[in-house]
Amino acid sequence: MNAESAGRAEHASVELIGAYARGDTDIAADEMWALEAHLEACGVCRARLADAVDCGVPAVASLVEAVWSGLEPELGTAAAAPARRRRRQPVWLSAWLTPVMAPWLAMTVGVVLIAMALDVTEPAGFGEGVSLLLLLAPVLPLLGVAASWSRALDPAYELTAAAPRAGLYLVLRRTASVLAVVVPVLLLAGWPAGVSAAQWLLPCLALTSASLALGGVFGVARAALGLAAVWAAGVMAPSLVTRSESAALDASGLPVWGLLLALGTGVVIARRGAYTAVPRLFR
Amino acid sequence: MTRAVSAAEIAPRTYAHEIRAAGLKIRVGRSRMAVDGLDLFLGTGVHGLLGPNGAGKTTLIQALATVLRPTEGTLELFGESAGGLGEHRALRRRIGYLPQEFGYYRRFTVREFVEYMAWLKEVPKADIPAAVQRAVERVGLADRADDRMKALSGGMVRRAGIAQAIVNDPEVLLLDEPTVGLDPAQRLRFRELLQELGADTCVVVSTHLVEDVGAACSDVVLFAEGRLVFQGTPKELAAAGGEDHPGDSPLERGYSALLADRAASSAPARERGAW
Repeated sequence: MNAESAGRAEHASVELIGAYARGDTDIAADEMWALEAHLEACGVCRARLADAVDCGVPAVASLVEAVWSGLEPELGTAAAAPARRRRRQPVWLSAWLTPVMAPWLAMTVGVVLIAMALDVTEPAGFGEGVSLLLLLAPVLPLLGVAASWSRALDPAYELTAAAPRAGLYLVLRRTASVLAVVVPVLLLAGWPAGVSAAQWLLPCLALTSASLALGGVFGVARAALGLAAVWAAGVMAPSLVTRSESAALDASGLPVWGLLLALGTGVVIARRGAYTAVPRLFR
Repeated sequence: MTRAVSAAEIAPRTYAHEIRAAGLKIRVGRSRMAVDGLDLFLGTGVHGLLGPNGAGKTTLIQALATVLRPTEGTLELFGESAGGLGEHRALRRRIGYLPQEFGYYRRFTVREFVEYMAWLKEVPKADIPAAVQRAVERVGLADRADDRMKALSGGMVRRAGIAQAIVNDPEVLLLDEPTVGLDPAQRLRFRELLQELGADTCVVVSTHLVEDVGAACSDVVLFAEGRLVFQGTPKELAAAGGEDHPGDSPLERGYSALLADRAASSAPARERGAW
């Protein structure tokens, strides 16, 4: 039975409330219990009880009066609660972003801006025929992902890892907030630098999902940093040395990246239980 | 009519002990068994987990907090297995855990920290402010609740840690060396809090201070080299020691007597340093 509808439908009888106010002893225990529970939830009946006390039971009314007159001077002088300081970190924000991640995200934004500046100005002898921003874009979110789930960086890791919300749920939440910051910044910076999102968005998502998938085995931070290192050595360095666009970011490579994204997502879903315990390999 | 008692509160318990371990083994690193064949039953009350450094107390508590998974044997919390892969979200909601060296975000105020932990522990959103206030008051930090964590002394930080452990009203409360850094007055207050919590909660307190156990615990679990040496009341522990055993109090004498017995029986004892 629904408490609200019951409250509207039936109220305690005036006689019962009167008897309760007078402190009659002949009310059955179950009736008394039901009445008190009802009074807690029903303002109408509390008002009736107050009326019944006022006109029917002078002893109780005078007692309440005496308590009030005793309390009132004290209530007047009680110091008001100190004003709460303006909160810097509301709970909903901590739920998406730990304080540890903020500097890393700021650094990522800084790197994007520098890459964009180099792409636009094209200083002599550097970055000719290669877009630095395009080369960096797929791995930039990995830094934030690594910072979001790193035992070494996050002081509250021990506490967080034992909480019910830990695990895939929290990893995904933090990854989403990293992407929500990094992807728009890359989109904005890519416009003046002439870099199209079609080239980097899919590799970026694929590498992020791969870092989470490998994170179930090695730990998310290790996996993300490892992938970033592989990318730097395998794609960025050759491309910068030969001064040619990397084949990995070719339009023909997109189906492969799509496949990797699907594979990474599948592995993450299949192994969703692996994110709560410390990876066995690295205890 | 609102129900004064919720259905969950009158549901029958399906387990005899909150914590049950049988043949529990937990490997740490490549080959070392930090917990090596442990059989243990713990119910409501305050259980002091006592043992020399390196006995495996922290490993056991981490396994009870479902952070480490057992290598072998069974570990059951509330009658449900805590092993294997799985998120154990339902179990973790009923557990409070204070790690030995717990980190926190230094910029957070005490209230923000406990609120954040309450969110992580899936306390219903509407209940968070009241639960946080209650937890902070119970550990006596209400007047410092809006101070930053980095402005607190070591003892206060530890009390904030205890506040986050009890914010979800846990049925199993795991405290790893909670009295480190508390001054004598705070320690007394903490023992009172332990006894209060132990009335309806299964509290496991690891410590290497024997006097903590005598004052606050209803039950002593003595633990050495990953195995159970003794389980009983503090009185029984005191009775195990004789005048000739080293120690300044009956409890300390009992402690050293039991550990000496064990070392003698597990001969040939491994070479161990005096410390």
